[in-house]
Amino acid sequence: MKLLIKNGRLIDPATGTDNTYDILIDNKKIKEISSLIKKTPSIKTIDAGGLVISPGFIDMHVHLREPGFENKETIETGSKAAAHGGFTSIACMANTSPVNDNRTVTEYIIARSKQAGIVNIFPIAAISMNLEGKNITQMDDLVEGGAVGFSDDGRCVMSADLIRKSLEYTKMLDVPIIEHPEDHSISGDGQVNEGFISYKYGLRGILNAAEEVIVARDIILQERIKSKLHLAHISTFGSIDLIKNAKKKKIKVTADATPHHLLLNEELITTYNTVYKVKPPLRTEQDRLALIRGLQDGTIDCIISDHAPHTRDEKDKEFEFAPFGVIGLETSFSVIYDRLVRSKTINLKKLIELFSTNPAKILNLKTRGMVKPGLPADLTILNLNKRFEIHENNFLSKANNSPFIGWKGQGVIEYTIVNGKIAYKRS
Amino acid sequence: MKETIFKQKHLLSIEDLSPEEIDLILEIAESFVEVSTRNIKKFPALKGKTVVNLFFESSTRTRSSFEIAAKRLSADLINFSASISSLKKGESLRDTVLTLEAMNPHIIVIRHSASGSPKYLTTFARSSIINAGDGFHEHPTQALLDALTIKQKFKTLRGLKISIIGDILHSRVARSNIILHHKMGNEISLIGPPSLVPKEFEQMGAKVYYDLKEGVKNSDIVMMLRVQEERGGGNYFPSIREYRKLFEINQETFSLAKESAILMHPGPLNRDVEIETSLADSDKSVILQQVTNGIAVRMAVLYLLKGERNEIIN
Repeated sequence: MKLLIKNGRLIDPATGTDNTYDILIDNKKIKEISSLIKKTPSIKTIDAGGLVISPGFIDMHVHLREPGFENKETIETGSKAAAHGGFTSIACMANTSPVNDNRTVTEYIIARSKQAGIVNIFPIAAISMNLEGKNITQMDDLVEGGAVGFSDDGRCVMSADLIRKSLEYTKMLDVPIIEHPEDHSISGDGQVNEGFISYKYGLRGILNAAEEVIVARDIILQERIKSKLHLAHISTFGSIDLIKNAKKKKIKVTADATPHHLLLNEELITTYNTVYKVKPPLRTEQDRLALIRGLQDGTIDCIISDHAPHTRDEKDKEFEFAPFGVIGLETSFSVIYDRLVRSKTINLKKLIELFSTNPAKILNLKTRGMVKPGLPADLTILNLNKRFEIHENNFLSKANNSPFIGWKGQGVIEYTIVNGKIAYKRS
Repeated sequence: MKETIFKQKHLLSIEDLSPEEIDLILEIAESFVEVSTRNIKKFPALKGKTVVNLFFESSTRTRSSFEIAAKRLSADLINFSASISSLKKGESLRDTVLTLEAMNPHIIVIRHSASGSPKYLTTFARSSIINAGDGFHEHPTQALLDALTIKQKFKTLRGLKISIIGDILHSRVARSNIILHHKMGNEISLIGPPSLVPKEFEQMGAKVYYDLKEGVKNSDIVMMLRVQEERGGGNYFPSIREYRKLFEINQETFSLAKESAILMHPGPLNRDVEIETSLADSDKSVILQQVTNGIAVRMAVLYLLKGERNEIIN
């Protein structure tokens, strides 16, 4: 199967490209990139005039819920949501049931993703058996089975000894340890950011320090170990400071942030609407602005959705009883483009680095995150002029717990092309 | 009609009320206090209306106070009590309330351990919702009955100094009182250990003290809160002994307040823990008057909300 994409503006930070090109795809791979490739009737052609072509977006942190919680999401529905949001590759977290702490589950996820056949799915396996924070998983076997990183996400590795040993052990595997930085002894059963608003509205708080003490601890350990440490969903001013200083000292650490932490703040919880209940909690405006500066100066390496689907009934509860989490795969690009690129807070090239180039590097996906002849044809085609409005009924995810419902703006996904196949086309 | 000042369909919090609405509730409550001294205490105001007491936390005084208030206004009342654990395992709050609503009540009085639950009810219920205490958030009728008691004593609700002492962090009574007295322009001091009185409460218009004697000085009103060790799960203070040493109100510490000062407590009391028993029983104490006023205030609230059902579910 051949596919020809004509006249698109290709922006690929990995190869330093920003120009109008024709791209020919043949047998799932990029065959040719040049200023003019002749159209022939036998080749399916996409006219990308006026559109932007990016290396396929990669979301390195989603919850697909399968196996175990198929009422919330499945690998198939999560894949459709990913393609809808422009993601050609996603990495799924290990907190399924059973937990992805053994090769059988890793291989099951990969098999199911091939059955769905929509986007590339890269499993993240657990750091510790059953996410209990006691014994490390058989990491080499898991990597051989297809795992691209390790994380106990949803829980922090509370034992400093265990995180030390997992960082040391993975040095020989060249895959990242992805930490969910939250000191549970500080956060307890906190619900929202701790501060004036949590006090006033009578909700148990989660201090910034719950995140920062783990960020600091892991950086200190990593300084000596020099493994691959990635800090997930950074939410505080103080964490940004710590990571920025670590990078200045050339300590190997990478970090990400979510659209909801970049665009929303804690004031939204004063309605007790559970759609704003997330972990880490939405923080203050000061924290939010620090995250934005972190994007600009490279402290934050990539944007993740932390896509966390829950059923309507699970979220339709008293604030304290509702689960944490929001979905994000289908809205990440549009809200970030509209609010941060159109406002000139970051430029489009930076957005593509955050959504594709950098996550590919962090997960060590050598053939993804760039557009070059011979590589798999994963492309995200953007229409920056088309307006959007986010409706709760338009999600392909099983869930609709999005904090961005009702948002309007500009910038949508036109096509998502995965391994040369059109996985999503705007209708 | 003065009652047109009152714009609320629900009573969810003191924060939602204007000072004029607070004055109106108290004014109507005062007239109910007056008639409560008569032999026949019943009014037809809510005849044919149904009030549901929906309590997910054990409560004797608030539940029975609402019950008496509703009955004195000739409403029909049913009590529905359930445990929080049943909500977590069995039927959801939404389904519970929808089931009750199918029986067409007019007013639902809810107490719940989760902050914001009354507000959550208003997103789907058609009845008027009254918050009888939600988590650590608010307990508006308690603050109103406290205000009525203060007004009876000082003939005004303005220009006073109120000290609130104890576990501010976990107290909905404290929050409702802070908000009410800030709206009325009163001086508020909050007193307790730093672990239970975060400095951020000053952003609500209060001043925070860690020293009981300093904070209580020149107060018109000294309001004690129940020490609730079960609330936070411990380690907020080391022992009852040390708490008593630092924050118990007794004859000596109370004497630092004004000569005319009154002593309040929302109950139930921990005698000789936060409050010296002889002081609790002295003529400075208005604790039982608070209970009596609870009925009049709740009658006023029920009367003003009238129990008109929403015809459209929003």
